[in-house]
Amino acid sequence: MSVSGEKRALWGLTDIVVIALALVPVVWIVSLSLKTPATLTDGAFFPQHPSFINYRGIFHTTLFTRSFLNSIGIAVITTVVSVILAAMAAYAVARLDFRGKQLLVGASLVVAIFPLISLVSPIFKLWLRLHLYDTWPGLILPYLTFSLPLAIYTLSAFFREIPWELEQAAQMDGATPFQAFVRVIAPLAAPGVFTTAILVFIFAWNEFLFAISLTSTDAARTVPAALAFFTGSSQFEQPTGSIAAAAVVVTIPIVLLVLVFQRRIVAGLTAGAVKG
Amino acid sequence: MAAGTDVLNPPAPARRRGKATRRARDERRLAYMLCAPAVVVMLAVTAYPILYAVWLSLRRADLRFPAQSAFVGLANYVTVLRSGLWWQAVANTVIITVVSVAIELVFGMAIALVMHRALIGRTAVRTAVLIPYGIITVVAAFSWRFAWTPSLGYLPRWLHLNGDPLTAHASSLAIIILAEVWKTTPFMSLLLLAGLALVSNELLEAARVDGATAWQRFTNVILPVMKPAILVAVLFRVMDAFRIFDNIFILTQGSNSTQSVSILGYDQLFVGLNLGIGSAMSVLIFVMIAIIGFGFIKGFGAAAPGMDTER
Repeated sequence: MSVSGEKRALWGLTDIVVIALALVPVVWIVSLSLKTPATLTDGAFFPQHPSFINYRGIFHTTLFTRSFLNSIGIAVITTVVSVILAAMAAYAVARLDFRGKQLLVGASLVVAIFPLISLVSPIFKLWLRLHLYDTWPGLILPYLTFSLPLAIYTLSAFFREIPWELEQAAQMDGATPFQAFVRVIAPLAAPGVFTTAILVFIFAWNEFLFAISLTSTDAARTVPAALAFFTGSSQFEQPTGSIAAAAVVVTIPIVLLVLVFQRRIVAGLTAGAVKG
Repeated sequence: MAAGTDVLNPPAPARRRGKATRRARDERRLAYMLCAPAVVVMLAVTAYPILYAVWLSLRRADLRFPAQSAFVGLANYVTVLRSGLWWQAVANTVIITVVSVAIELVFGMAIALVMHRALIGRTAVRTAVLIPYGIITVVAAFSWRFAWTPSLGYLPRWLHLNGDPLTAHASSLAIIILAEVWKTTPFMSLLLLAGLALVSNELLEAARVDGATAWQRFTNVILPVMKPAILVAVLFRVMDAFRIFDNIFILTQGSNSTQSVSILGYDQLFVGLNLGIGSAMSVLIFVMIAIIGFGFIKGFGAAAPGMDTER
């Protein structure tokens, strides 16, 4: 078994290299966030005297807390609405026969590759006129538009795998259509819906171009946009520590999602790719 | 409840003429009702604005001089296409796209092989590579910016660099590419992993028995089977890389001639407030993306994902 042991060691080493490459920038921003203003510029990879002073700083300003709330609210609402609309369309795509299906799929592909920059200024002008500029709906609407293709695509890939005959079988056994849906189909569809929700959430949480273009105050500015305009917890302070701390705080939800739902995210990202 | 109502009326296996057509019509109506909200939302935020962008691009529309607004035909396009700044941005965008996607393809394939074949630690690797995928691009870009800033970061010290690499053109582009590669290689590798799952072990085993080396097995067995997955992954990433914005905005703000087309368009629109010129750029970017997409689908036969939903 010495060959196997050697092989295991080799794989273990490879694993460690890949994991290290994936995590170094994350560890770096965490260490930066734990440095005190005095040691910030010491150039060391790890903080010499870890301190939470930067975290205390950002949670004392509405600049960060407000944008954090905006981010959560906008991402959650986008996710819920997008998944509902996409589930309806994906059900039709996966299960019903209708003219224009190819057109729908083709059109959503076009939306998926749309260069966002081509749309920001018209939307900006339109939003000013419709009083949507610098509001939650003003960001949620474009986020819906650009998450729907991904959501429809992923969900229809999942829906195609559901054995829909079970629904009829349940009704044959005396279940009402509603019971058949809730007890049989919904549990089968739930993993796909959930996976799609995670991907949409990550998209909305991440978005930057619209976030800086369609907001101007902390009424709707999300964290990525706020980070770009950060000035530090006080006017006279270098914002590096604050940016690092804020960056870490908004990364925590993503890390949790990844740790808990690793398998689902992989399944979602690869759902349609194979059939391609 | 949508699915619930349809239960009353499932697509029947045996169709009689009269009933079948009515059923088909009902089915179609249900399908349109289910798709309508998504279609409306997608069209509302894309169709009208892109037409508006085209219209704006044909006008002199400078927010600093609103009185001078007028129809100018293709003059904005002529201005853009004659500007060195624009072609610099196009060149940057092409360089960043080609180099980063090429590197990602190699690393992505390597990581996919690790995730597919590793004897131990597969879950750990998959979890770790999802972090770059999920992390906010702006956050990652800040991490790279701080890491390369001489007074702040560890990299200039480790690499014994003199000066700030983010103040020179070539090194800035290299760092932008590095940030892009780090952030998006996991996405590439997961798409490739899905393709790798299609390679049958029997085929690989047969090739091994016939004396094929590991490299021969990779090029003659694995790659041909994976071709569709590779094309889809590259198509997605090229489209995405061509729109690069966040990384550059945070890393250099486009200074030292590191602007991408999206950054340049943004500057015209929101800093220069020149909607006419900015919109002309927007339309040109849209056209370039469309050409790339069609080129891929026609030229390489990349199946547009989802185009074949009807099995």
